[in-house]
Amino acid sequence: MKKWGNTAKRLPAIILLAAIIIFLELVVRIAQVPGYILPPPSEIAAALIDNHALLLSHTGATLSAVVSGLALAIVLAVSLSLAMDRWRGLKEAIYPILVISQAIPIFALAPILLIWFGVGLLPKILIVTLVCFFPLAVNLVEGFGEVDPEAIDLMKTMKADNWMIIRSVKLPSAMPYFFSGLKIAATYSVLGAIIGEWLGARAGLGIYMLRATHSYRLSHLFAAIIVVIILSLLMFKMAELTGRVAMPWQKEKNNIMEG
Amino acid sequence: MRVIERLRLDTISSTYISGGEILPVLDCISLTVKEGEFVTVIGPSGCGKSTILRIAAGLIKPDQGEVYKDGAIITGRPQLVGYMPQQALLFPWKTLKQNAALPLLASGTAKDKAYEKVEKMLPLFGLDGFANYYPNQLSGGMKQRAALLRTMMVDSNIMLLDEPFAALDALTRGKMQDWLMQIWEQFKRSVLFVTHSIDEAIYLSDRIYVISDRPGKNAIEQKIDLPRPRRIKVLATAEFANYKQLLYKALE
Ligand SMILES: Nc1ncnc2c1ncn2[C@@H]1O[C@H](COP(=O)(O)OP(=O)(O)OP(=O)(O)O)[C@@H](O)[C@H]1O
Ligand SMILES: [Mg+2]
Repeated sequence: MKKWGNTAKRLPAIILLAAIIIFLELVVRIAQVPGYILPPPSEIAAALIDNHALLLSHTGATLSAVVSGLALAIVLAVSLSLAMDRWRGLKEAIYPILVISQAIPIFALAPILLIWFGVGLLPKILIVTLVCFFPLAVNLVEGFGEVDPEAIDLMKTMKADNWMIIRSVKLPSAMPYFFSGLKIAATYSVLGAIIGEWLGARAGLGIYMLRATHSYRLSHLFAAIIVVIILSLLMFKMAELTGRVAMPWQKEKNNIMEG
Repeated sequence: MRVIERLRLDTISSTYISGGEILPVLDCISLTVKEGEFVTVIGPSGCGKSTILRIAAGLIKPDQGEVYKDGAIITGRPQLVGYMPQQALLFPWKTLKQNAALPLLASGTAKDKAYEKVEKMLPLFGLDGFANYYPNQLSGGMKQRAALLRTMMVDSNIMLLDEPFAALDALTRGKMQDWLMQIWEQFKRSVLFVTHSIDEAIYLSDRIYVISDRPGKNAIEQKIDLPRPRRIKVLATAEFANYKQLLYKALE
């Protein structure tokens, strides 16, 4: 039932997308646009299929930077926001800097990381971490700020220790905030890794795209773009799914939201 | 047998500061709860009833006065008490069983032992079979009972209950009152109870403190000498009507 409902809701988008693809295919063929300007969708599909092994191995490289960078960002964001919640002075000192740090363009920062750490995996992981850290930390800080002080008082009358208050009250009540941050971070994470790879890497979708561009194989470039889109969507879906599994009490709400 | 004073609030005055403004809430309030006694605080909305409970639990330090628990000063230091806040405050991310077991887990009981203890109490609280339900899957009355069960799980002989039945319809409310009385008669805890309802106060209490409008002051203290166990028919007696009139006057 629900599946059908979702499909029906997405139908207009699917139809539009199909129409665009067909339109592009026709335009390119009729006007005889050369492949290095705009390849027809059919050629992009062929590039995807012919190159799938190579694409897959580059995807693997990108994915390992994405996953490690995101994991590192989660660990850092959770610990730092917990510390900021515990010590008010720390929050007042760090939070503004955190916000300002967002004004630093990642494109400017990435080359510096490459100079410091070489073209290996580490600078890519760090770029992903940088990109993901902010939405996670900001959401967590906000989440911890919204914890009901009455709930903490209640725990105090049970003589619960600090760790138990964190575990049973603060973390769960910040969880919805965390997961909305994670959805944003997960989407950014792929982009972060690609930017890192553009600036120098031995493997990864970013470097694949760069090579395809340099050799005017636009169909390969578009094939890689499609893989990047799929990867980003997958990361987003994963974040959403983890959120649902981690917050079973929200099931009702999720159902309501989906209609 | 010597009657033990479980709780004493001695000339408590308290203010809240919000937005730079000072709001006097309690003015020289004194009250006691003896061992096994059911004491009710009644007063108009905003007179500081919830604040009295928070001070009694040691969660707020009053500007003046002391709080004694079992004879020792505990003013402003959170105590191990069965506290049920006005918004029952079951954690939505925990099942009924997990919510009710919190006090046991906080005091270091092993998880399976704690759950076992909770499960044993479920029938008495009319919650049999709902152990693994989340609060948003329970009815209003069930939530209140679950919160009471959690309060009861605190290993303390003092219970502070803040309008536990206010959100319920009259019918459910009556049932819950009877049920609370039975539980109380069975476990003999000392209860400090807050309500808006004169009927509820008389029906349940050994003693009632009427608090005046903000800043809350002691208006009157009324002993209720209705025989126990009390059942619903006591509402129709002349004594009950007398008490009602007395309290009604004091609240005007
Ligand atoms: N944390 C707070 N900060 C500032 N003012 C507060 C705070 N808590 C309560 N107050 C104020 O103190 C007064 C007494 O509040 P309290 O909750 O004790 O009243 P109450 O008698 O329990 O009311 P009700 O019957 O409506 O629950 C109210 O005017 C309220 O606005
Ligand atoms: Mg109140």
